[in-house]
Amino acid sequence: MQLTHLSRTILEIEGLRKSFGDAEVLKGVDLSVTVEELVFIIGPSGSGKSTLLRCCNRLEDASGGTIRFDGGDISAPGVDVNELRRHIGMVFQSFNLYPHLSALANVTLALQKAAGQSKDEAEERGRAVLDRVGLLEKAGAYPGELSGGQQQRVAIARALALEPRILLMDEPTSALDPELVGSVLNVIRELKASGMTMVVVSHEMQFAREAADRVVFIDHGEIVEEGPPDKIFGAPERERTRAFLQRILKA
Amino acid sequence: MIDSFFNPQIMRQVLPSIIDGMLITVALSILVILSGTALGLGLATVRTLQNKPTNLLIVFVVDVFRAIPPLVILIVAFFALPYVGIQLSGFVVAWLCLSLVLAAFCEEIFWASILSVHKGQWEAARSTGFTFLQTLRYVVLPQAMRLALPPLTNRAIAIGKSTALASVVAVPEILNQATSAQAQFANSTPLTLAALAYLAIFIPLVVLSRRIESRFMWKH
Repeated sequence: MQLTHLSRTILEIEGLRKSFGDAEVLKGVDLSVTVEELVFIIGPSGSGKSTLLRCCNRLEDASGGTIRFDGGDISAPGVDVNELRRHIGMVFQSFNLYPHLSALANVTLALQKAAGQSKDEAEERGRAVLDRVGLLEKAGAYPGELSGGQQQRVAIARALALEPRILLMDEPTSALDPELVGSVLNVIRELKASGMTMVVVSHEMQFAREAADRVVFIDHGEIVEEGPPDKIFGAPERERTRAFLQRILKA
Repeated sequence: MIDSFFNPQIMRQVLPSIIDGMLITVALSILVILSGTALGLGLATVRTLQNKPTNLLIVFVVDVFRAIPPLVILIVAFFALPYVGIQLSGFVVAWLCLSLVLAAFCEEIFWASILSVHKGQWEAARSTGFTFLQTLRYVVLPQAMRLALPPLTNRAIAIGKSTALASVVAVPEILNQATSAQAQFANSTPLTLAALAYLAIFIPLVVLSRRIESRFMWKH
């Protein structure tokens, strides 16, 4: 890897707008993410955080603005969206594991059928990523046999298996019982240490403070304030940020 | 009573033709179930592509075939097709008509099952680079199949029994053989044999379907 990569922008969002019918959910969002950065997105529910993530791998198509991934406009004609998505991992609040497949098969399905790997190749890689999230011994278990925290770690492994350039996580711990949150956060911490670029929508403020490089506060479809966690949590400049943090931290 | 429904003499004489009828009933049932479910799955798959005009057409055709009694479809097809220059045997007409009826019901079953698979499954699969059809094939349909299986096996058994309708278009299946013999001997014993023949075919099928259903239950 070249050193210049360390400061390279991998995701560049400019003037992103998204409307559902009459409701404008994103009102011109600008955000860029640097390689190896961990960006936390916080904000009240309905503020557009999830939609922002979902636009980045085109689960939603933007109504306006541009998103560049690795320098290329993801909405440009001729972009193979399926190929693009293999480089942009996505982790969901509700895990969305395939209930009819074992943990290992969940992880290897796309390797075999979308990335065209052989069964042996895929399973070797699948075991490696399951090991990475600490669940190698659960390779044969079905999602219904796993705890929420384990399911989410398998879901992270499923995304990692494709060796994405960036990982988008949409409230990865919000559906978990409090005692299971830590195991997922540990995985994120380990990914961060190994240089994975991540954009995480989450309300785990304590974790954000400790692990994030940058915190972005979104409200009503626009970025109100962004900066290093110390600044956002310690000395927020905007009244809306302060009000939100007070509400969250009191709860 | 015993003489007109359980006459051993007549039973012995009629049994070979009833067995011939059973072979035809089994062959027709298998053909109808295979082509009907395949066509139903095909139609449900096309419907997921969300093309408005195509979907309207599918819904219309499916509703028509679900609304008209299969016997009426069969008779109309058998007597009308020759007028447009299509000469088909009763067996083929019965196969086609019952397949279409089964396909109509199966399409609805598959469609409802596909819709009941959570949207998050689609999104997760698409996010790993699967195309729409790959997602359908590897992620959604395997889950939909489990939901579809009980109603599908019910429908398959029902349509198997409906092959008795083919007797009216001179297909020499069980009922047709039995009613011919009934006329020939002026005795209802062949009908008793026919009932036993249907039991012999469909009781194992009912048991088998229950086995398949319990085997495909979720592993939790």
